[in-house]
Order: sequence, then structure tokens, then C-alpha cells
Amino acid sequence: MNLPNQEEKVTADTFLRGLWEENPVFVMLLGMCPVLAVTNSAINALAMGLATTFVLLCSSILVSLMRKLIPKQVRIATYIVIIATFVTIVDYSIQAISLDLYNALGAFIQLIVVNCIILGRAEAYASKQRLGATVVNGLGMGVGFTIALLCLGGVREILGAGSLFGFPLFGENFQPWVVMILPPGGFFVLGGWLLLFNWYRQHRERKLMEQQGATASGS
Amino acid sequence: MNQSTAPQTSGLVTATPSFAMLRTLSLVAGLSGLLVVLAYQITLPLIEENKRIAIERALFKVIPGAVSRRDFVTTAGDIIATGDGTGEGTLIYAGYDKQGRLIGVALEAAAQGYQDVIRILYSFDPACQCIRGIEVLKMAETPGIGDKIAKDPRFQENFVRLDARLNADASALANDILMVKHGTRTEPWQIDAISGATISSRAVARMLNDSAQRMVPKIMAYLDRLQDAGGETE
Repeated sequence: MNLPNQEEKVTADTFLRGLWEENPVFVMLLGMCPVLAVTNSAINALAMGLATTFVLLCSSILVSLMRKLIPKQVRIATYIVIIATFVTIVDYSIQAISLDLYNALGAFIQLIVVNCIILGRAEAYASKQRLGATVVNGLGMGVGFTIALLCLGGVREILGAGSLFGFPLFGENFQPWVVMILPPGGFFVLGGWLLLFNWYRQHRERKLMEQQGATASGS
Repeated sequence: MNQSTAPQTSGLVTATPSFAMLRTLSLVAGLSGLLVVLAYQITLPLIEENKRIAIERALFKVIPGAVSRRDFVTTAGDIIATGDGTGEGTLIYAGYDKQGRLIGVALEAAAQGYQDVIRILYSFDPACQCIRGIEVLKMAETPGIGDKIAKDPRFQENFVRLDARLNADASALANDILMVKHGTRTEPWQIDAISGATISSRAVARMLNDSAQRMVPKIMAYLDRLQDAGGETE
């Protein structure tokens, strides 16, 4: 390769980047289709997050192992075949674990194939990095994605159905806010979380700037 | 592609021999095939078992009081007992109580809903010639609106005793099972729709009507055979 060596050392940051700095949902806004569609309950969100994490991890491992073997011209085709394989495995596994869950997630399991987080990781990270770094980074991204889905699914289920993981929270008289588990609710809650995330991020940056300013003027 | 002098755009010309592409793609495809078949083989018995449990759970729910069941297939002019649920024709499930008396027949029905095909299991009680309960097996209706057909207690009340009597010459139902607007149910063969979920409600009415028109005359004609089979299980 004529590119400079981009292989990075595994640090805590390799993992944490997926949770915060490069969170696939709240920062990169990737994979919006499953994010909005299946997060109408916490359990669906969790299952979707875990399924995606599994596919992400396995396909990243394989891509990383084969990175020297894959010619540039056919890399996308190769990645898609690899990803599709693991998606099919997840599809069968979820059917074996619970048919109710499988019915609730519907077509979105198969649609993990075209989830841009996974293809993006394969193209941008796994194809250039050693196995160790890939596993850690993929796991971080997967956990970040799962947490983001849970944030959405939890809020939507609490507001829209008055329960969390199927356990009722408010008693009989609670009037569910049905729009929250309908598609528009997904956008509302996602907007709310993005607002919160960006507000906090700006707040932190401003604090940092102020501190630096203070030390600069102090010296 | 390893030649650092070649510009990016001419990559296709100078590039990798086709051999490398063929090798990689066949390797990946082979590996993929192997993994998929392996996963299929391992999960198949579990999936079959899950499906069986799901059917059984739904079955004992739509036929309250049933303790045992036997499967039958209905063909053009006959109803035959089947051991393992295989055979040509529509599968129906007969439910029996402790004494081996036939107390209901469960059937599957399906129709296009709002998003996708809705599949339900419903039970027909030959004693009152009525539909006694429905259970949604598979649907993709809008959460919070169309999916109420599965849970809404007031919609379920429609099927406590939904009239499905045969007409005089026992060739079809005396009255079509019909959906009516919410709150306007007057006859025992009408289904009171869920307000806001008319399409899903109508789908349920249509599938029940289609299935009952076809199957109820058969069930009534071969009722003896279904009843006798209950004695055999004792």
C-alpha cells in the first residue's frame, strides 16, 4: 500500500470512541432506519442492538483477517457477502430463541445487511487495522449503538405504553401517549436525545475553552 | 494496486489479476455457504419446536378447556386424521376435553392487513355453530393502532360467540361475517370495528368469512369423524 501505515494501537479510546465521540447514532447519525423503526419498545431495541453488534463484530473480524486477500475492486461485494452471511445466522438464531421477538423485529433483521454502520466499519476500519484493534473498536461501536437504541426504545415505551421491558410502570389510569410508539414518536425522541447530546457537548467545549482562556491570561 | 506510481484512476487497468478476485470471491462465497448451512442445520429443530409451541399455545387459548388435540387435513371431499401435521390440504386442529368430547375446531385464516398479511388462528364450536375466539399468529400492523386486533378486550368480545350458522342446504354460512363501524353492531354475525383501525378490523372479518364459508360446511359434514377421533385418544 502506498498509504502511510494507519494501524493504530489498542487503547481505551479505541473502545470508548464508539460510545461517545463517534457514537454511530447520536454523533454519526448512521443506521437511522432500524433506529427509528424498531425502537418502539425497550426489548426490541435491545435485541436489535445485540443482533447488530454480533454482525458488526463477526464481519469485522473476518474482514480484518482477510484484509490482505481482498482486492480493491471486489471489496464491497466481498464485504456484503460476509455481512449477509452473519445476518442470516442471526436471523435463524433469533427464530430459534423466540418467535415473538422475531415477529416484532420483522424485516429489520434482514435489513441489517444494508446497515451503513457495519459496512462503514468494514470499509473504514476493519480493512486497515489489525484483528485486536478491530475487535475492540467493533465492540465499542456495537455497544454504543445498543445503548443509543435502548435510550430511544426506553423513552418511547415509557411514554407510549407506560411500561419498560413489558413491566407496567404507572398503574391502570395511565393514558398512553400512543404517538410515541408510532413512527413520528421515533423522530421526536431522537430529536430530543440529539438536542441533549449536542447541548452537553457544547457545554463541555465551552467549559474547556474558558479554562484554557483562564490559564492563558493567568500566565 | 501495490504500485505506488500508478494513479488511482488507472487502478482498473494495471490492477489485480482476475485470478485474485476469483480466488477471494469464491473463498468468501464458500465460507459463507458453509456457515449458513451450518446455522440452518443447528437451528432448524429449535425453530420447528418453537413453531409447534406457538401453535399449541394459541390453540389451547382459542379453545378454552381443551386438554388434547388431534390434527386433520381437509381435502376436496374428505377430512383425514394426520399424525405429524403433514399432508395435502388445509390443516385443522380438533380440541377435546378430558372425556374426549370434541369441544372446538381451530383453523388458520389469513388476509392482507394494513402492512402485511395477518395470520390468525380461530376456533369454531360445532355445538353452537359459532366462532369462539381468535388469536393473532403473525402480523405487522402499526403498533398502537392496528395491532389492537390482538389485545383490545372490546374487540375480542366480538368473538365470544360470533354467529357462523349454516344456511338451509348446509353449503355456506347463513349470514356473511361482516365488519361494521365501531359501536353499530346489531347482529351476532357482525364484528364491531376498532375505531381508528378499520383496515385491520376489516381484514379480520374478511379472513374469518372466507375461511368459515369454505370450512364450516365441511366440518359440519364430517363432524362424526372429528368426534370419534376424540375417543381414540383416550
